[in-house]
Amino acid sequence: MTSTRPSPAIEYSPPRRQSTLALLIKILLLGLVDAIGVYALFILFIKEQWLVFGLAVAILALINWIYLVPGQLPAKYLTPGLFFLAIFQVFVVIFTGYIAFTNYSDGHNSSKDDAVASIIRVAQKRVPDSPQYAVTVLRQGDVLSLLVTEPDGTVSVGSADDPLEVTTDAELDSTGKAVGLPGYDTLQLAEVVQNQDAVLALVVPESDDPNAGSIRTSDGATGFVYQASLVYDEQADTFTDSETGTVYLADEKEGSFVSPDGETLTPGWRVNVGFDNFVEAATNEQIRDPLIRVVLWTFVFAILSVATTFVLGLFLALVFNDPRVRGKKIYRILIILPYAFPAFLSGLVWAGLLNPEFGFVNQVLFGGAQIPWLSDPWLAKFSVLLVNLWLGYPYMFLICTGALQSLPEELTEAARVDGASPWRIVRSVKLPLLLVSVAPLLIASFAFNFNNFNVIYMLTRGWPRFSDTTLDIGATDIMITMVYKVAFGGGGGRDYGLASAFSILIFILVATVSAIGFRRTRALEDLN
Amino acid sequence: MKVKHAGILATGAMATIATLALAGCASGTNDDGDDLADAGATTITLWVDTERAPALKDVAAKFKEDTGITVKLEIKDFATVDQDFISQVPTGKGPDVIVSPHDKLGSYVDNGVVAPLELGDTAGLFAASAMRAMTYEGTVYGVPYSIENVALIRNADLVTEAATDFDTVISNGKEWAGGAKDKYPFLVGLSPEQGDPYHLYPLQTSYGAPVFGLDAEGSYDPTKLELGNAGGLEFAAALKQWGEDGVLNANIDGDKAKEFFLAGKSPYYLTGPWNLPDIKNAGINYAIDPLPSAGGEAAQPFIGVNGFFLSSKSKNELAATQFIVNYLSTDAVQTALFEIGGRPPALVTAYETAAAADPDVAALGEIATTGVPMPAIPAMGSVWADWGNAELSLIKGEGDPTEVWTTAVDNIEAKIAG
Repeated sequence: MTSTRPSPAIEYSPPRRQSTLALLIKILLLGLVDAIGVYALFILFIKEQWLVFGLAVAILALINWIYLVPGQLPAKYLTPGLFFLAIFQVFVVIFTGYIAFTNYSDGHNSSKDDAVASIIRVAQKRVPDSPQYAVTVLRQGDVLSLLVTEPDGTVSVGSADDPLEVTTDAELDSTGKAVGLPGYDTLQLAEVVQNQDAVLALVVPESDDPNAGSIRTSDGATGFVYQASLVYDEQADTFTDSETGTVYLADEKEGSFVSPDGETLTPGWRVNVGFDNFVEAATNEQIRDPLIRVVLWTFVFAILSVATTFVLGLFLALVFNDPRVRGKKIYRILIILPYAFPAFLSGLVWAGLLNPEFGFVNQVLFGGAQIPWLSDPWLAKFSVLLVNLWLGYPYMFLICTGALQSLPEELTEAARVDGASPWRIVRSVKLPLLLVSVAPLLIASFAFNFNNFNVIYMLTRGWPRFSDTTLDIGATDIMITMVYKVAFGGGGGRDYGLASAFSILIFILVATVSAIGFRRTRALEDLN
Repeated sequence: MKVKHAGILATGAMATIATLALAGCASGTNDDGDDLADAGATTITLWVDTERAPALKDVAAKFKEDTGITVKLEIKDFATVDQDFISQVPTGKGPDVIVSPHDKLGSYVDNGVVAPLELGDTAGLFAASAMRAMTYEGTVYGVPYSIENVALIRNADLVTEAATDFDTVISNGKEWAGGAKDKYPFLVGLSPEQGDPYHLYPLQTSYGAPVFGLDAEGSYDPTKLELGNAGGLEFAAALKQWGEDGVLNANIDGDKAKEFFLAGKSPYYLTGPWNLPDIKNAGINYAIDPLPSAGGEAAQPFIGVNGFFLSSKSKNELAATQFIVNYLSTDAVQTALFEIGGRPPALVTAYETAAAADPDVAALGEIATTGVPMPAIPAMGSVWADWGNAELSLIKGEGDPTEVWTTAVDNIEAKIAG
């Protein structure tokens, strides 16, 4: 036995006795996981999603292998966490990345099949001034027919292959509606519903003339004459307007059917557009100019938010860490209070407090002055920072208090013995030591404030609006609220593709800043 | 070996559990026969808000009795339901039927998430304006059930006579307020950040400046923007004047306006039927006046129509169509919805019954005949924003009326085109 190969007895720790209960729980849980997995596999198999199917098979096999084969103890602990990390983080990030390269937006909402189906459907126009027919669905063997009663009492019958023909043998009910025909079975409402796909697909031509309309029913009781205003040619992948003859060709780059003069049919479908969204963000001046301002303001907001909350939090922490202060507990509770309010609610409350005419701030603190806290661009920026300071300093107070209390008292004493002033002690002794433990939290706080949606959206909604853009973007919008407005149509259409492109931009910015920040923090640690 | 043996045993037991669980999943869909299971035909799902859900219980039960199909009423948050509908329908997870205001219809059609409905002769039973609201680009998509519009509500204890023009309203209001600080000559809820073109619209139309021109069918035609015409500019100037005079106040939002009116701090309140129940409960002796004209022409409000729409990916289309077209269009259902929501019914017979019993409904309905349905084009979202902002800055006294108004109109034009 060589020293590099440990004995199997060391590598495989002897199997510990599992309790029966633990074994049962394991079997039960794994069984359920497998059941869900196999069920998903069936569905994927039926839908012919082979890539996902293969992936699911591999994952399922891996999970079973990990938990059924002895050993792999770390994997046993890590798998659930990794699994959820993959679903809730990695998948979301990758999916957002994918959407950023598509034209997923209003009007390009779904697949091409859906778009074609929807266009065909809407193109079926009821022939103007045509009467409403009472219809009964009949069945002969597997073939469905429509028994049509015209308003004047004429009864005719027809199926998909046989155009309507007048018949006189029909049974009529008390209202004069034909309800049965010898040789056919009449479908009752429940049966009609059971066979609804077939009934809806039933199109009975009015006559042999292919240009004539056709009768269809959408509820199994009434029928109308329809004519298609657009005809789909599957081979050529075109729609042709039956009146004007205009041909709309499928454009796979645009994701729409486009006519030679550039008119498009709605809806379109989702296609990959490469870097178009990024190019648009960089070149469309309606988007680019406000975007630049928003990015700058986002940095200013995040940096000032961290700086102001940290300074106030640190100041209060130093004050209340002093042994001479009495009633520390009560003060500390009071200070932490704003932290206990949901930011969501505070934003709304502050919006009320800052109302120029009826708000508490103007009425009571400023003696009835009409200060436009939220509608002047600069004051609105100030108000947002102020409210965020109110919301954020308790957190900084908490972490600074924690860090200060962990600093050894001897250091302060030693400094005092050396004759350092209190300010000097804070600056040269406490602060550097404090920053070692607090700096990573400041970076986290920066990343949080960079995406601090609640404060902005609940307080100002990003307004007051910029006047030089048609987008609903304003002076206090930060990137995340801008993304939200673009994605969910804050004044305009939804554009998930563009919003995802912005999200990627945010990701890059936050990642860069954090990376730089953490590197600097390491330098800070080395100093000490 | 013992360990191995246990492993095999465990694997076997696990496989059994997996099979059982799978069988459990599958049996749910297998009971009702193949046809139904394949089509998913046992239930239709309807997205509805809390308020309307109870009114639909009876008709859902009746439908179940007639067809064996359960109508599942799923309660959704109405602030975001249109977005959920648009994003979920393509995935196949959406409902079969949705209750929605008509001004979202343009977005629905643009995204291909609603299916056309042919109402046939039933269409004639509804108010013409309601059917116009359910029509988009010439195709009918929904069954309407209520019509709503703003009206001028007057506190009859404070001002006894109805006024026909806005100047009289203002002078009555001012006379009553007498310059007191906490009394307001006239109230309308305005968002302090984005104004409210919807509520101010009757005042605007009285200057002969509708947002769009009308098409042959009497609906707004988004290709004919009328906002910036001469009347529009007059209205812009008037807004600034009203802002200066304190008739319109950008700091009074919807909540404040209601609070003040309920507290008797103003004789006039421009609002819709949704606030009537609270006004009644507050014991205000109110009257519903016709909308006053400010610019000399008729003051036309926007009409909002609520209706039922069919999803384009409903797996149960025939049943859902049956339910919408033949069950929800009945007098009983429309009356039940009216009784719960207080919004005048769209079905003519139900409206007439309601109007005969309730003078408020008659008064609101009278005003509705002058109005035109709100435009439903998808670009409307951004139109509201620009339009409201222009109004807001004028009310606050910022900028030159002509300039502010023209800039907004240009922006709106660009958005509709792009």
